[in-house]
This record gives sequence, structure tokens and C-alpha cells, in this order.
Amino acid sequence: MKFSEYLKYLLIGTAFGFVLIKSEVVSWFRIQEMFRFDAFHMYGIIGVAVIVGIISVQIIKRNNMKDANGNPITIPPKDASQVKRYLIGGSMFGLGWALLGACPGPMFALLGSGLTIMAVPILAALAGTYTYGILKDKLPH
Amino acid sequence: MLDFLYQPWPWYVAGPIIGLTVPVLLLIGGKMFGVSANLRHACAACNFGNVEFFNYDWKSAGKWNFTFLAGSVLGGFLGGYVFANPEPIALAQSTITDLQALGIQDFNGLVPDDLFTWGSLGTVPGLIVLILGGFLVGFGARYAGGCTSGHAISGLSDLQLASLIAVIGFFIGGLLMTWFIYPIILS
Repeated sequence: MKFSEYLKYLLIGTAFGFVLIKSEVVSWFRIQEMFRFDAFHMYGIIGVAVIVGIISVQIIKRNNMKDANGNPITIPPKDASQVKRYLIGGSMFGLGWALLGACPGPMFALLGSGLTIMAVPILAALAGTYTYGILKDKLPH
Repeated sequence: MLDFLYQPWPWYVAGPIIGLTVPVLLLIGGKMFGVSANLRHACAACNFGNVEFFNYDWKSAGKWNFTFLAGSVLGGFLGGYVFANPEPIALAQSTITDLQALGIQDFNGLVPDDLFTWGSLGTVPGLIVLILGGFLVGFGARYAGGCTSGHAISGLSDLQLASLIAVIGFFIGGLLMTWFIYPIILS
């Protein structure tokens, strides 16, 4: 990867982290508000993001667009027959998301905002990821 | 103009920017947007136990994503420290009332001091929120093959049924926690 590419990913990540904070989706309060159905805010953000995403991905696919390096853009399909994995794993993730009030992106954006205590859930999330790696073959998928 | 950097952004400004992350990453290098993959790459980078799931070339798979993640931390610094919004979040009154009833007292900032200080590690609710919460996010994201960005944003953008099932799971877990388990933890 060239230096200019690193710079591009760094800039996009910076914009992403900035928006996560400015839109307050990193906020434990906003997640509580969302799961209580008390405000449209989070649904508006996720909904519009998905609509913009669907339109862009369709444009990319239908025009067989290539990436900046000239390689064809392919999106690997996920195996939807593994219902258990998505439902059980997803529910566990949801339990954690509501409990911590932050998913992986916000955990790091909050750390950057100076909330140093987020280092603890980040380490716990790494432990969770590692534990999944160990138990993977014993879990229903 | 500078005011705009300090103020909170409404959903119709933030939503399109977050959504555009998907095509921008695809067009730059054919990358699929997903933050939790970084947790897996980090485990792969220090796979002391030689767990098979983490035996892959994390450098070539994860370089771009780690760089993106470093940017997210920097963006968090800019948005939440340099251009921090001095006002409390304009939450729905019903949420504030509900949370006050559960014992939350601090409504300044992005997270309540009641749970998110180093001192809260010495309390049972603080431990549960910070450690169990983080653990479930990491475990669940990998079990489900993605988190909010990988499934709810990227996966749904590609109309993947698997991601829709995962997002339904996110809400089953989230609603259970918010409505039934959190009140017990905070009591």
C-alpha cells in the first residue's frame, strides 16, 4: 500500500470519527433513547445512511465500476443460511451495544475524545473477540 | 462556519456522510466498510494461543482498516475535544425522566459520569457496563460476523439478507437489555 493510500484511509476514518461524535451516535444517552423509541434521531441517521449506501452500491454494481487501482469491485455475499449465527451472535452484540451504549466505531471515537476509560471496554471487546475465536467450533452457526 | 463544527449535527447531515463511507471505501480500494474486523486483526496480531481463527495474514488484510481506525480516534479527538459541544445533548424528555428514575444523575457530555469514569470500575454497575458490555460487543460482533458498520450499514447497503437477520438480532438484544436487564443492573 502506498503512502497516499494510507493518507486516504486516515482521512476517511477521521471524517467518520468526527461525524460519529457530532451526530452523537457515540452517546450512551442516544442509544438509550433509541432503544426506548423516544426519538427519531438514531433511526434517521441509520435509515438515511442505508438508503445512501444502497443507491451507491447499486450504481457501482450496475456500472461494473473499478476501484482507484483499476481492480473490479466485488462484494462477497454473506451466507444467510447461517441464521443461528446472525440471530444469536447479533442478539449478544445487541445486549452489549445497549449495555455499553457504544459499538466498535464509537468506542474508538470516544477514546479519541479524551474519554480514557473507553480503553477498558476496548480491551474487553478484544477479549470477547479472542474468546469467540477459541469457542468458534463449539458454537451453533 | 466555525459554529457548525462545535454544534451537534442533525440526522439528515450525519446520515448521508456515514452512508457515503461505503462507496468511498469501495472506490478507493475495493474495501468493505466494517470496524469490528479491526478487533479480529488485533487478536491475529498477538495470537499467543495460536488459535486457528486468528491464523491469517492480518497485515495485508488489516493495514487499511487499522489506518481507518486511527483516523476515527483522531476524528473523535477533533469532534469531541477540539470542537467539543459545550451543551448537554438535547435528549427526549421521556428518556431523561426514565434514566433519572434509574438513578442516572449526570446528563452533561456524551456519556454519564455515573458509569463512565475510572472510579466506576469500583462499582458493580460500572464493572458490568464497561467490562461485560465491551466483552459482549466483541464476542457478539465476531459471532455475528460484523457490527453496526459491517451489518447495519455495509451489509444492508448491499441488500444482504444475513445482515438484516443480524440487525434484527441487534435489536432483540438491545431491547432486552434496555427494558428488562438494565433496570436490574442499576437497581
